[in-house]
Amino acid sequence: MSPFEISFDGRPVSVVPGRTIAAALLSAGIRAWPSGTSSAGLYCGIGVCFGCQVTLNGRAGVRACLVEARAGDVVTSVPSRGAGS
Amino acid sequence: MVGAACAYYAGLAGLSVTVVDRGSVAGGTTGSGEGNILVSDKEPGPELDLALLSAGLWRELAAEVSGFEYEPKGGLVVAGSPSNLTGLRSFAAGQARAGVVAEEVSDLLALEPALAPGLAGGVHYPQDAQVQPMLAAARLLQAARTRFGARVRTGVTVTGLLRSGSGQVVGARTSQGDLGADAVVNAAGTWGGSVADLAGVSVPVLPRRGFILVTEPLPPVIRHKVYAADYVANVASSAAGLETSVVVEGTPSGTVLIGASRERVGFDRTMSLPVLRRLAAQAVALFPFLRDVAAMRAYCGFRPYCPDHLPVIGPDPRAPGLLHACGHEGAGIGLAAATGHLLAQTLTGTPPDLDLAPFRPTRFQSAR
Repeated sequence: MSPFEISFDGRPVSVVPGRTIAAALLSAGIRAWPSGTSSAGLYCGIGVCFGCQVTLNGRAGVRACLVEARAGDVVTSVPSRGAGS
Repeated sequence: MVGAACAYYAGLAGLSVTVVDRGSVAGGTTGSGEGNILVSDKEPGPELDLALLSAGLWRELAAEVSGFEYEPKGGLVVAGSPSNLTGLRSFAAGQARAGVVAEEVSDLLALEPALAPGLAGGVHYPQDAQVQPMLAAARLLQAARTRFGARVRTGVTVTGLLRSGSGQVVGARTSQGDLGADAVVNAAGTWGGSVADLAGVSVPVLPRRGFILVTEPLPPVIRHKVYAADYVANVASSAAGLETSVVVEGTPSGTVLIGASRERVGFDRTMSLPVLRRLAAQAVALFPFLRDVAAMRAYCGFRPYCPDHLPVIGPDPRAPGLLHACGHEGAGIGLAAATGHLLAQTLTGTPPDLDLAPFRPTRFQSAR
């Protein structure tokens, strides 16, 4: 299969098929992003630290290191959930 | 934390300080705490007086030392039933007479939109605050070192106390040599009894295990420290079996901390799923949105408690030269600032701002 594209915060990211979203981001040189007053990003790579949470196709709180990327995925670092506020 | 505060305030008072910790900074119960600075959960009495003094001092430390996520967020105590609310109201009235600001809340959801509907009511305590306890201990010790020349020796165990011919405590024996001192402060928390034993005196501190559940990072939802009115009864109880009461709050990093449990199981660190299940269920009952949130990890620690649920603070007349600052049971973070301040006053011969008699180490035994 040939590489496909996903988007991260509006930027196109090329993905080698079979890679997780986190691996795709890492290959594109993206390993951290602003989060609140601090930053989030790739840390443990094995789904334990919850640092790599992203919003995937509208679903918030997805650990990027646990999900295989699919062509056309829309990934954002901005959380889209927050009950009550 | 209590030790770190003692070191800071003693250094501030001009004393030469060496801190000896057999582990790392915040390696004891300090690292297992939630970072509570509460007046809301204390009934009128010496502990509340200590808490009020300490809350003010923590506010000053946030400005003078800083760097530990001090949040003057306020506490919200909610009552599930009308009878809970009646009890909470009269409890708050007593606290108000002792100097606590306690405001009954008519619209709970305006203060905390994510709360479950249908709660009978609540009281808001604006004086409650939170810190990140590991950062706070580290920052206090760092300030003690860099501003007052204190020495911090981690990984060093106190194995005995040095006594003069007349029985005066004149220092500590450690795993890395003897340290001479004009005074030794026992701030060993849950292990304070063992340190007291080294001086041949009894300070009856026992462990009370608590768990905290930590959620995945979330956008800001919970605005205050929120807990149920039955938390106060649990704090004051001496029951050995599991007691849980819900305490929920957010942190600057986005995680939500969920407590609180109390058990007398010695120093058993085994992870307990039944406890965590209860904590989770109680939290979801209070904040339904938590049902869909992932729990990331849990940790436990051992609150140091004395039979009368008051800490031990002050000089030990049975071993002159030895002072105690331990046994703060679940309030160690909040009470640390006042404890350190009062200890420093005692060490320099200044009359302490609070009467330390209720906290004297000799109160557990009949007069000799």
